[in-house]
Amino acid sequence: MATATLPSTAEIWHWLDEVPDPEIPVISVVDLGIIRAVRWEGETLVVTVTPTYSGCPATAVINLDIEQTLREKGVAKLRFERRLSPAWTTDWISAEGREKLRRYGIAPPVDGAASDAMLRQRSARLSGRSDPIIACPQCGSTKTEKISQFGSTPCKASYRCTDCLEPFDYFKCI
Amino acid sequence: MSVTPTPSGDGTVLFEFLQRMGDNALILGHRLSEWCGHAPALEEDIALANTALDLIGQTQLWLGLAGEVEGKGRTADNLAYLRDATEFRNVLLVERPNGDFGKTLMRQFLFDAWHLVILQALRSAADKRIADIAEKAAKEVAYHLDRSRDLIVRLGDGTAESHRRMQEALDELWPYTGELFIGDTGDAELAAAGIIPAPESLKGAWDDVVGETLAEATLKKPADGYMHKGGKRGVHTEHMGFILAEMQFLQRAYPCATW
Repeated sequence: MATATLPSTAEIWHWLDEVPDPEIPVISVVDLGIIRAVRWEGETLVVTVTPTYSGCPATAVINLDIEQTLREKGVAKLRFERRLSPAWTTDWISAEGREKLRRYGIAPPVDGAASDAMLRQRSARLSGRSDPIIACPQCGSTKTEKISQFGSTPCKASYRCTDCLEPFDYFKCI
Repeated sequence: MSVTPTPSGDGTVLFEFLQRMGDNALILGHRLSEWCGHAPALEEDIALANTALDLIGQTQLWLGLAGEVEGKGRTADNLAYLRDATEFRNVLLVERPNGDFGKTLMRQFLFDAWHLVILQALRSAADKRIADIAEKAAKEVAYHLDRSRDLIVRLGDGTAESHRRMQEALDELWPYTGELFIGDTGDAELAAAGIIPAPESLKGAWDDVVGETLAEATLKKPADGYMHKGGKRGVHTEHMGFILAEMQFLQRAYPCATW
């Protein structure tokens, strides 16, 4: 591929926005906020990815999916870089991503609450509220209760709605 | 990436420290994985497996960096699967058998309380690679502590039977907590260089969390008596060999096998 024909990074971002998260296919890896940078080094495209949870098994699959998509678009030389810092936070999930999560039946993380989960939990405990109020993604009721802080994947907690009685996942803040 | 110079100049003490962090996470993660499919309730089963997964993920980061610092081409997998028991640097606490659910939770709580304190301190480590891993891991461990703390209170201040079991677990595990706060000359070197907090300096914050939680759980904090130690320098209990026999079986039987 000649240098003149290399796609712009804006174009690359656009393509990456079509790569679904393997566990929650309604949102893209861009919505999730895990793509930290895209740049060309000569004719090699460097994609910088940050892991959500350090042990998330989806990480390897995500890189494979990104590679497959970019190869199909004609990117010949590709390299991944892993960036740990700043650590991924649910605050980076885009507004669009949050809405997609809600429509899919997963309560999105409480906005802006992720900066220090420990402090948040402690202040909640001291104030007598055990948890932030999470609205049911099915019926919108705020009468919900936590079943378990740990859910079907590392990033989710299990909740249930006491109005419509549906169980649901909550994308917990980190 | 260049190796950050350490006081001894060759990275040996740093390699030692990174193995300790990685091995604590690895062995506790492996112990928790033994519960998969056996916990008393589905949610607890999932929570234990999720915690194990976080710890194994953190192991990859710590041992990955350890291999890099050592500079002999060993990967996190090499270190996890091809070292023998005397080369492991985890504290004895994490290799204690699971016992009943109460014992597993008490071990988890005593470790989580220390884990969060050290990770929070490591976030400002002079070595950025360590600070980056600590920042990532601290967020996950905050959830671990939140859960284990909550269950210690609920089971300690629960039924007569759950209270009895939690007190027994505490009494049995308490003599394994001292090792977390005992430093050696390598620790002192790294602490002087601002790379790690001195192990002794973490005791106060740990005591606060543990004391407050045990009081709320109506459990009696044991007196600090004799403390078992040795794991940090590779002297392990008889349980370690059994853990490795299971964990390392595949790589030992089929060397270099890949998934």
